Amino acid sequence: MKMRNDYKIVIGLEIHAQLLTKTKMFCGCSTEYSFDDPNTNVCPVCMGMPGALPITNEQAIRFGVKAALALNCRVNLYSRFDRKNYFYPDLPKGYQISQYKYPLAEHGYLPIETPNGEKKVRIRRLHLEEDAGKLIHQSDKIDTAEYSLVDLNRAGIPLAEIVTEPDMASPREARIFMEKLRNILRYIDVCNGNLEEGSLRCDANISLVDPETGRSTPRIEVKNINSFKFVEHALEYEANRLRRFFEGDKDVVRETRGWDSKLQMTISQRGKEEENDYRYFPEPDIPPIVLREEFIEEIKGELPELPDAKKKRFMQMYNIPEYDASILVSSKELANFFEECCAKYDKPKIVSNWIMTEVLRELKERGVEINETKITSKHLVELLKEIDKGTISANTAKSVLERAFETGEMPNEIVEKQGLKQISNADEIRKIVQKVVEENPKVVAQYRGGKTKAMAFFIGQVMKVTRGKANPKMVNQLVKEALESPEE
Amino acid sequence: MKIYEMTYSEIETSKDIRPDEVLDAFYNRITDVEDKVKAFISIYERRENPKTKPKIIAVKDNILVEGKKTTCASKILESFIAPYDATVVGKLKENGFYIVGKTNMDEFAMGSSTENSAFFPTHNPWSISRVPGGSSGGSAAAVAAGEVPLALGSDTGGSIRQPAAFCGVVGFKPTYGLISRYGLVAFGSSLDQIGGFARSVEDVAKLSNIIAGKEDLDSTSLNNSVEDFTRLLKRPIKGLKIAIPREFMSNALDKGIKDQIEKTIYKVEDEGAVVEEVSMKMMDYATAIYYIIAPAEASSNLSRYDGVRYGLSKSDPSLKHQYMKTRDAGFGPEVKRRIMIGTFTLSAGYYEAYFEKAQRARTKLIKEFNDVFSKYDYIVGPTTPTVAFKIGEKVENPLQMYLQDIYTIPANLAGIPAISVPIGIVDGLPVGLQIMGKRFKDAEVLNLAYAVEQMVNFDYTGGMKKLDEGLGDEDEK
Ligand SMILES: [Zn+2]
Repeated sequence: MKMRNDYKIVIGLEIHAQLLTKTKMFCGCSTEYSFDDPNTNVCPVCMGMPGALPITNEQAIRFGVKAALALNCRVNLYSRFDRKNYFYPDLPKGYQISQYKYPLAEHGYLPIETPNGEKKVRIRRLHLEEDAGKLIHQSDKIDTAEYSLVDLNRAGIPLAEIVTEPDMASPREARIFMEKLRNILRYIDVCNGNLEEGSLRCDANISLVDPETGRSTPRIEVKNINSFKFVEHALEYEANRLRRFFEGDKDVVRETRGWDSKLQMTISQRGKEEENDYRYFPEPDIPPIVLREEFIEEIKGELPELPDAKKKRFMQMYNIPEYDASILVSSKELANFFEECCAKYDKPKIVSNWIMTEVLRELKERGVEINETKITSKHLVELLKEIDKGTISANTAKSVLERAFETGEMPNEIVEKQGLKQISNADEIRKIVQKVVEENPKVVAQYRGGKTKAMAFFIGQVMKVTRGKANPKMVNQLVKEALESPEE
Repeated sequence: MKIYEMTYSEIETSKDIRPDEVLDAFYNRITDVEDKVKAFISIYERRENPKTKPKIIAVKDNILVEGKKTTCASKILESFIAPYDATVVGKLKENGFYIVGKTNMDEFAMGSSTENSAFFPTHNPWSISRVPGGSSGGSAAAVAAGEVPLALGSDTGGSIRQPAAFCGVVGFKPTYGLISRYGLVAFGSSLDQIGGFARSVEDVAKLSNIIAGKEDLDSTSLNNSVEDFTRLLKRPIKGLKIAIPREFMSNALDKGIKDQIEKTIYKVEDEGAVVEEVSMKMMDYATAIYYIIAPAEASSNLSRYDGVRYGLSKSDPSLKHQYMKTRDAGFGPEVKRRIMIGTFTLSAGYYEAYFEKAQRARTKLIKEFNDVFSKYDYIVGPTTPTVAFKIGEKVENPLQMYLQDIYTIPANLAGIPAISVPIGIVDGLPVGLQIMGKRFKDAEVLNLAYAVEQMVNFDYTGGMKKLDEGLGDEDEK
């Protein structure tokens, strides 16, 4: 049988988002634990001490409802916590308090833009639960390690678990979905969305279907995907591996596999994960969550403008292309930056061009968001105005911006200090042109003999002498004049 | 009258007793009788002389007292030092109570005789060859023996009321949610309730005033707190309507106890209360419901004892074996049995047939209570089917032991207040009357209990006397 490429890929995602509440899900401990010494951000409740009881964090419920509404879910007026029972050293109580039978919200969707147009990815459910602690193994696995250490600082951090329907048809779509989801969670300030640091986590279920026979591969759960890039890589790897099932590869069985970013492959976690019966039952220590319609309406009213709405508004209000708008709204901070600039400088397309090229390049190189840099909208606006005034050329402006990112100085200061002011004085430029022409009689002759390309040489020379500060338009014009003026 | 024979209220109101005399009286009493009774797991060293009269109390060893051992009578917590005070303990301390020690119990409150303590059994002061009941057997025995005037216990299926009946003291389980469970080591979370033991209804009402109240650390703690538990104590009972469930007076009930109950009911009628027999069919299912729900919750609540963070830990290179070794060595047979039952009834494939069905039956039972309470103020009957049995008599037969709680379990399932008051003696041993009331009608329950106490005039010092005269050993002959 030949290797085919027309198998249908079916992907569903299970996402865990750490909520940005002040305190943990069921106790008063802080949620900012990453810089603490191990087991210092803990109390009897999150350590699972005898007799300790959970108290539900109201802010976590608010954040859960907010996320649910942003994902177009139906928020359930009645939901309930259940206990998910299993033993593991990072789980202090021997059970995780989660929502199983009656989740906080259900039946949502998120539209994503795929290369084949827009599509809706359905959200099956969103529920609240508590995070586990962290294990630090003396070697890489708990069963081979001589010892393992338990740190419970993270135990009890509130999580929203978001489960999609298996609606994504390619690894690319899965990545697009994750990026969009992250963006939305950041827009509404409920999660900082950092995959690398684990504040947003993604597990994926993938299987392949033969469209001719309807036969399906076993479903694989892929874990440990800790970057957007890896969402795509891990699932691509897995899709390729799953194709072998149709060739009769007996190794393709239903299992959980972990993505190894060093080896760039998924590795079976079989044996480690026995088929678990979690013995869910209603958490007797916490009364059910009963919400009022007004509460949900109130939170609906708090929702900020979400990326899709913002994109549409940008296109209309600033008359910029869809492509620009979708890039600008891909981060809340960037979108705000754009609008701040436009408020002070009324050429939105020029602002957008600068953001999409120069600003984004700087951000990417530094791996930060715009609000984490030394640049404000004032910097960019001043820069653009100086270009308009002719004080500096666009080229110079790029290096000025670079410098501003570095030091936070205002563009004017930089131009002043480094003497970058553009030379727009015709007499001054003419003198230099004259000099260059006189010093290169051979090239002049070539030009006049019909080799018009030689003009570039002169422009380059003038720029070299002026260290790029000469007004390029004027240089162009004056060089032409000089070369074409009749011989004396 | 000796100081240790006095009730908490008598000591408080008596003007000619010095604070150090109170402390001496109880510490000396403990020294004198503790060898025979074995009510305590820990006895705290006598602190220097108090300025005010100490309010002496003992606390069951499943309630946390900061900096002190809290063992739950289990090897798995044998050396566990509580890192915080239970809410009730905090309230006791704020109100100047003097905790003398922690009392013995069935391991993790699972049992009806205190024989399931991993350390030693406690003896009934009325007859030291007999059990004090359980699981709060240590608390009940300590109060009956005059070692303390007051004690705290916990009641999941009768663990306060049954030992109170066996030891001839008052034991009160308030409405579920009126007293914070924070710091009570969980057994069956939807059933567990802290309550008090005393040698008078008035004392138990006063103690409830101290420990009750809505509290933010327990989400199941309720706002509708009774303003004052003592407020209706002396209200006449004329016209109050009392139901006696036929199911409580059936063949399972010891003849002698039945006679005592009936005698008391006649007296209550004489005072003008209206007593009628009713049928409560769901009562026959209460024990079955309980032995599904309580072990299910327990199997989960006890998962935290894994040897990782505190308590007994048996290390093994394999994580799974570390868990198995630790829990095998740490838990006694009854605890293991209930963990297994609970794990089974929650398992996939059995959940619907057991746990879910039991939950539905529990709802039905609550409805039956509501129906009866729509016509009556109280439901009254025996606390226990028998008087205190011999140590060792039922240990081999867990089902027999489980039947000890047939009359007390329903109140836990329904979350209603219930009290056991001693009403007489059968074969030299005390008999308890159980009074149940509507949710949050705790003061009403104490009202009827107080009235009964006045009618029967029970001698609360009977156990102390038998203990002192060595009469408790008589059935050894
Ligand atoms: Zn905590």
